[in-house]
Amino acid sequence: MARSNKPIVWGLFAAGGTLSAFIFPAVVFVIGFGVTLGFYSPDVFSYERMQALAANPLGKLCLFAPTFLIIWHAAHRLRITAHDFGIRADGLVAALCYGSAAVGTVAMIYALFIA
Amino acid sequence: MSRDTVQLEILRYDPEKDSEPYFSTYEVPFNDDWVVLDAINYVKENLDRTLTYRWSCHMAVCGSCGMVINGEPVLSCHTFMRDYGDKIRIEPLQNFPVERDLVVVIDDFVEKLGSVKPYIVPKVEKTVDEGEYIQSPAQLAVFKQYTACINCLLCYSACPQVGLNPGFVGPAALALAHRYNLDSRDVGRAAREDVVASNPGIWECSFVGACSEVCPKSVDPAAAIQQTKIASTVDYFTDFLTPWRKQ
Ligand code: SF4
Repeated sequence: MARSNKPIVWGLFAAGGTLSAFIFPAVVFVIGFGVTLGFYSPDVFSYERMQALAANPLGKLCLFAPTFLIIWHAAHRLRITAHDFGIRADGLVAALCYGSAAVGTVAMIYALFIA
Repeated sequence: MSRDTVQLEILRYDPEKDSEPYFSTYEVPFNDDWVVLDAINYVKENLDRTLTYRWSCHMAVCGSCGMVINGEPVLSCHTFMRDYGDKIRIEPLQNFPVERDLVVVIDDFVEKLGSVKPYIVPKVEKTVDEGEYIQSPAQLAVFKQYTACINCLLCYSACPQVGLNPGFVGPAALALAHRYNLDSRDVGRAAREDVVASNPGIWECSFVGACSEVCPKSVDPAAAIQQTKIASTVDYFTDFLTPWRKQ
């Protein structure tokens, strides 16, 4: 039997899943609760600061890498979930899911590195 | 609470005679110390000699008395009657064709099991005179958990992917492949990968985890499959980046 090519998407899926499990709770806390609970001032998220973060090369990388992996994680997860629900048109589902992730990736590259 | 009797609703089916399966209900005495298998044996001995099912050891070792009891795949020798209500519904394992009543046809599984080479492939064959293949306790600990499988097939009954894709190699066979891959005395991993790392191998698994939940021997086949996925992904990229290393 031929070895599968799934490691490509599964590698992104696994990396994204691990990241989302570990990083997202912290991100949700920082963005969602930190300000409300008064740990730091709302200015932390001011437009200027966010703009500066996204303008810094290291900041760009920190925004891009996790988001990239998590989008691909979501794409693969949705494909599998569709399969678990008995949707047999796997080719179409895969094209839609990975297509959306690819569009998201290109949009991010454009916004962060080109525009 | 004292109960005198319990009703067993047992699925009956003889593919050669019956157009479809039906349930027979038997009233059996309630006994606090009985496992469900004891109650089924009571039926066989006292009420209906035609009832067909497999069992052997009565101690969760042989793996032959797996059934679906009240919707869950369990070993009937490992499940007490007292933990159920007044009615217990007993069906054959799911995802297998029924041979008769509670006996399922497992030929397909046996073939899949053989396909992953579930035995040690040594680097150099030794004769008995040359002695044993030495292994340290630490090397044994790496895979010991995966040796506990008794081929009861509860995991195949619980796995939705086995139900959806009959070609899927499935939890127990993949866990056993992993067991030999991890064995320090074995060099058969590359040969197993042809089946294990194919689409119907590990990649059909979507990590639902039901196999590990129902496993009576705590084998955790889901963990074995995820670890195999990581190893096969590393292989894939290593082969891709260093094509000259490929055998
Ligand atoms: S892995 Fe567990 S549930 Fe599956 S066949 Fe082996 S012992 Fe039974």
